[in-house]
Amino acid sequence: MSPITKSSAAPAAVAYDPTWKTILECASIEVFEMMVGVRPQLNSASTSEPSGEQTAMVGMAGALCGMTALRCAKATASRFAALMLGEAAAADPSSSGDALGELCNMVAGNFKSKISTLADHCMLSVPTVITGDSYSMDTSSPTECVTVPLLFEGQPLWVSLIIHT
Amino acid sequence: MKKLKVLIVDDASVMRKIIERALRQAGLELTEVLEASNGAEGLAQVQTGGLDMIFSDINMPVMDGLEFLKSLAGVDAAKGVPVIMITTEGSEARVVEALSAGAKGYLRKPFTPEQVKERVAALLGVGQ
Repeated sequence: MSPITKSSAAPAAVAYDPTWKTILECASIEVFEMMVGVRPQLNSASTSEPSGEQTAMVGMAGALCGMTALRCAKATASRFAALMLGEAAAADPSSSGDALGELCNMVAGNFKSKISTLADHCMLSVPTVITGDSYSMDTSSPTECVTVPLLFEGQPLWVSLIIHT
Repeated sequence: MKKLKVLIVDDASVMRKIIERALRQAGLELTEVLEASNGAEGLAQVQTGGLDMIFSDINMPVMDGLEFLKSLAGVDAAKGVPVIMITTEGSEARVVEALSAGAKGYLRKPFTPEQVKERVAALLGVGQ
């Protein structure tokens, strides 16, 4: 019988840590600054719930189960696409969703890479993008939800980490 | 400055466009940019020959980046063509595996055009 190796064992669950909000802020700002070329500002005064017609989501599984979500107005997502791909490529109607999905993927990846217990032990799904704002999202409890409100060129966007604890 | 023919392998079309744009923003001259959405398509593109560099994602359906990288060892047209792996997840284990399998470097998303240029310059001595 072969011995059970570390790589074949399921990763131990990592408990939510309140410092993750700061890490999520850093991870998000870094992704936008590097990939979009504009540094978003923390919108600490915001008390609004996330809103907007485009939501990108990336599932997380392994040492941490949950998802990362990025939500903003369609016009804001289009602006991201234009800055990331150029105006011509961004004219493609699917580009804003694709760009938002990729940004969400990078935020999730950058977040987990900053936490050593997650980096090699948490897998990410491919991004899913919802277009439209008339929906509600229910997750099985218990969960922790951390939301980082940001301002990008004066427009709001929200990065959320929803964790099944 | 040398003009480059590159292959970009990534299952996300938006990411392929971002990498191409980053290469152009970095001031690199591209004669041709080939695209593939997985390793199997990438192998077919490699057969066209004349590539100066390959960028490949690690996580892809059908044939992932590591399998693609290992398969390149048996392709004459890929001999001497440097491969840069692209990863989102910050997984050190996969990066180490890629480097052991012959990748000449890696880019971790997010990245800037300057970082892309640095990798290319280090490998090909262009764009400096």
